[in-house]
Amino acid sequence: MIASLSPFALELGWGTTMAIKTLVVLAIIPAGALILGYVFLLKIMSHMQSRLGPMDPGGFHGWYQLVGDGLKFLQKEDVMPAKADRRVFAAAPAVVVLSTFLVFAVIPMGPDLVVKNLDVGVFYALAVSSLSVIGVLMAGWASANKFALLGALRAAAQLIAYELPLLLAVVGVVIQAGTMSLQGIVFSQQNGEIFGWDFIGNPFILTQFVGFALFLVAAQAELTQTPFDMPVAESELVSGYMVEYTGFRFLFFFIGEFGTAFGFAALAATLFLGGWSIPGVDGDWANILGPFVLFAKLMLVAFLMFWVRFTYPRLREDQLQALAWKFLIPIGFANILVTGALKVAF
Amino acid sequence: MWEQDVAFWIIALAMAAASIGVVRSRNIVHAALFLVVVLAGAAALYILLVAEFVAWVQVLIYIGAVVILFLFGIMLTRAPMGGEPGQLDNDQRWGAAVVALFVLGVLVALLVDAFGGKNIHFTDALVEQGKTGTVGDTLFRQYLVPFEVVSMLLLGALVGAVVLARRD
Repeated sequence: MIASLSPFALELGWGTTMAIKTLVVLAIIPAGALILGYVFLLKIMSHMQSRLGPMDPGGFHGWYQLVGDGLKFLQKEDVMPAKADRRVFAAAPAVVVLSTFLVFAVIPMGPDLVVKNLDVGVFYALAVSSLSVIGVLMAGWASANKFALLGALRAAAQLIAYELPLLLAVVGVVIQAGTMSLQGIVFSQQNGEIFGWDFIGNPFILTQFVGFALFLVAAQAELTQTPFDMPVAESELVSGYMVEYTGFRFLFFFIGEFGTAFGFAALAATLFLGGWSIPGVDGDWANILGPFVLFAKLMLVAFLMFWVRFTYPRLREDQLQALAWKFLIPIGFANILVTGALKVAF
Repeated sequence: MWEQDVAFWIIALAMAAASIGVVRSRNIVHAALFLVVVLAGAAALYILLVAEFVAWVQVLIYIGAVVILFLFGIMLTRAPMGGEPGQLDNDQRWGAAVVALFVLGVLVALLVDAFGGKNIHFTDALVEQGKTGTVGDTLFRQYLVPFEVVSMLLLGALVGAVVLARRD
């Protein structure tokens, strides 16, 4: 990726490039999870819900809260229930985090800054993000705890139901862009035009706003965030599939949850808001500014997600299923039909 | 080409070990989890054969949906929980072994007969064939009627399952 940046004129071999890419992706997940946790969970949630605690530690605006939380998790005892299935119990958090890591391999951060520009980019991202359900089911079953098992079953039913609207929402974008490669989708937004006016290109949120709304609702459910947080429902199931996890293993789930939120926000920003591109920036400057532009856009999307999370009460289980099957999926099909008809007509 | 061979043997051995795990495991949840490894290995083999789209369909459908429905069903009904020993066993294992060997023989004979001695060369034309656009074109132009027939078959199975499951 850096090899193609001409001002730096670096010649890197395949192995070195691969090592750098791997390290960058390995660093992005915890960093993204921490940023979202700090900005949204600790600061914006505190403002919205008048929570004074996280604003206090360390003096200035509670900057020490996250450090303190991290240290607390690291020093906690690693408790495993006596009747737990030890290997499955230990592997479950790793499966969840693995699925988060894999998503980031296809998200482009600049014209040349992408780990691998897959021909089937969007499809790959949604396929690997569905793997986390296996980790959740493993955790719930291996904990040998009824609350955990119920939470895992709720999570599986919910994630399967909302994968469909998520995929259907993306199909509209794919039809309009004519490619499934995320880099191709960014380029087609950059080079698009709205009634002959091409200054800002054609960010697909303008033509695919139905898809954008569907994607956000479905992503909210995939992330098991309020109002779709039945799998963790702390007032009914204590904490669902995570109830037996402590310390470092719990931290893995936490990083998985917020890392996936980071990933879905980046995906939404790439699909609907034009990704790394801004008007008037090309070539090497796009490579340098790209990551920052993408970060700004994904924070905007993440703000919408967390705003809903901190505002709405939890749905009931049957309402959740009815919303997906009777409302979101029909809208998704209608959106594909209209997009396809317009694509053929113009 | 030796890289492909090495990758193939690593994936094939992992798949074989996991398949033995699926049939040997007495705990039905463990068996389902071994199945995940086998299916992931199949997806990896598709990637080796430059069928990228098929590989990710395999991940999304088989690992992301079918195995999850397996696990969901098992856990709703009879998952052995809390360290109790799994009850999965079959006293017809010798009969099963004979059938398995027979199937293996038939498959090997068929594959050797069809592809024996043929070498697949990884040319640009082959890579082009694995691309999503080509797959979509062949599916919806050349094989449109078989595709529609399969869809109707699946729809029929779906409606049948609902009719059988509903008692009211």
